[in-house]
Amino acid sequence: MSLLIEHGGTLATLQDGGRHGVRHLGVTQGGAADWISHGLANALLGNPRQAAAIEITFGGLTLVAESDVCLALCGADLDATIDGEPLRPWRSFRLHKGQRLRFAQPRQGVRAYLAAPGGFEAPTMLGSCSSVLREGLGGLRGDGRPLAEGDRLNWPGVSPSPRELPAAQIPDFGSPAPLSVVLGAQIGDFTGQSLFDAFNSDWEVDARADRMGVRLLGPELRCTRRSMISEGVPLGALQVPADGQPIVLLNDRQTIGGYPRLGALTPLSVARLAQCLPGTRLRLTPVGLDIAQRQHRRWLGAT
Amino acid sequence: MTPRIEVVGIDSLILRLFDSIDEAHMPWMLAAAKRLRQAFGAALTDLVPSYTTLLVQYDLLQLDDRRARTLIDEALEGLTPEAGDAGRCHDVPVWYDRRVSPELETLAERSGLSVAGVIETHCRQSYQVFALGFAPGFAFMGLVEPILATPRLSTPRKRVPAGSLGIADRQTAIYPQASPGGWNLIGRSPLRLFDPADGSLLQPGDRVRFMPVDRAEFIRLGGDDTPFEVTR
Repeated sequence: MSLLIEHGGTLATLQDGGRHGVRHLGVTQGGAADWISHGLANALLGNPRQAAAIEITFGGLTLVAESDVCLALCGADLDATIDGEPLRPWRSFRLHKGQRLRFAQPRQGVRAYLAAPGGFEAPTMLGSCSSVLREGLGGLRGDGRPLAEGDRLNWPGVSPSPRELPAAQIPDFGSPAPLSVVLGAQIGDFTGQSLFDAFNSDWEVDARADRMGVRLLGPELRCTRRSMISEGVPLGALQVPADGQPIVLLNDRQTIGGYPRLGALTPLSVARLAQCLPGTRLRLTPVGLDIAQRQHRRWLGAT
Repeated sequence: MTPRIEVVGIDSLILRLFDSIDEAHMPWMLAAAKRLRQAFGAALTDLVPSYTTLLVQYDLLQLDDRRARTLIDEALEGLTPEAGDAGRCHDVPVWYDRRVSPELETLAERSGLSVAGVIETHCRQSYQVFALGFAPGFAFMGLVEPILATPRLSTPRKRVPAGSLGIADRQTAIYPQASPGGWNLIGRSPLRLFDPADGSLLQPGDRVRFMPVDRAEFIRLGGDDTPFEVTR
């Protein structure tokens, strides 16, 4: 029971729910950037939501089945095909022995998630198999490297019957939903004009975007604070370096940082941002902490 | 010490204990970290100490903001600093040599000291580990003598070899793995600072003394003497 990687493409990595309880060692969180799509792909196969799946960024990945299997695909539409026949995301599907699954390029979204029955097998390091190249942690061989030609992936589970996700559960990557920000950290040190601009302007997703962070282009935000002592930074932190262009920190961010922050995106908004292609225009909107926490709990409880 | 609790994310609070970097703060920081771990128990997702702050990330399914703040308040009640001998002392071997240290001569020129003087000054004192961060096992240590204080390179290097010992302002640190970085490199250590099974050799609160070794000893201890120019 295995899948053979023929081409690794732009960036394909194994990701699970990430590493927790180790950031005090300087070890980053890791894990699926769009944790919602990742969880839905696993749910389609009856897997634990945080089981290891392949995060396919932009495309270029080609795999061949070495045995019959039922896989699940959620997240970005990367123009996937099975032996040339189009395959849409948000479903589980059969891949027969010898068939070739290919991801071309983004039609909508950035990251697709491919799950296998029981989750892909990989060594657990510090509680997770999430692949972080710069730390040399996780992945198929435990050295943090992305998937590459010749890699063989295995899974422990039994293939269920294919099914589609109900339309109501499918996230909408088309509409430019405003991203919710829990205000906090050094927000009091920004100028009034910058606070107005932050939440009343369009922001454009820059090409400088990866699993560490996503840079946003727009009005220059000014902070009156000259310097600060580095401190722990949470997922989604909205930090503003000296050039005034904010960076949203994602899963592979450094554990501590010294740039002033306006607060942090909610995890639901982080997942949405992780699917925004460079050039996407979006808005930031403040959200009350209580409301954000209730929304998050409701999401976790409902799915 | 006037502790402040601030929201920094949906499930994260920052506890600010101090406003400046000082060795005298470390026993308080260590004590607070220990108390917070006890108070939060299984509801603690992550605890990230830095120089003056502790980031507390909690499980939203077990706690809300109000309850988390109460736990922090309770944890700090009657806080006393950790005993002075709480941290370990490490002798860390370093090969200070031009071949692996592109900024050794820059620092000599800046400081007006000889290269030998730079090395002697850097080794003369022991350093406090203030925080781990940036990369697994990367320990921020200080404070370096003002005469050696040097700002980061204006353009960070794409790749700094593992074991490189650097200075940034009044801080000093060793890169545990090869990584990008902008610190001024003055030596290379053969020690393995991070291992996924054993964690980080250096911990906040520890003290470190750098011991100059020659090339033969550096290699005997497992060091990689590939010249800096070749490792780029």
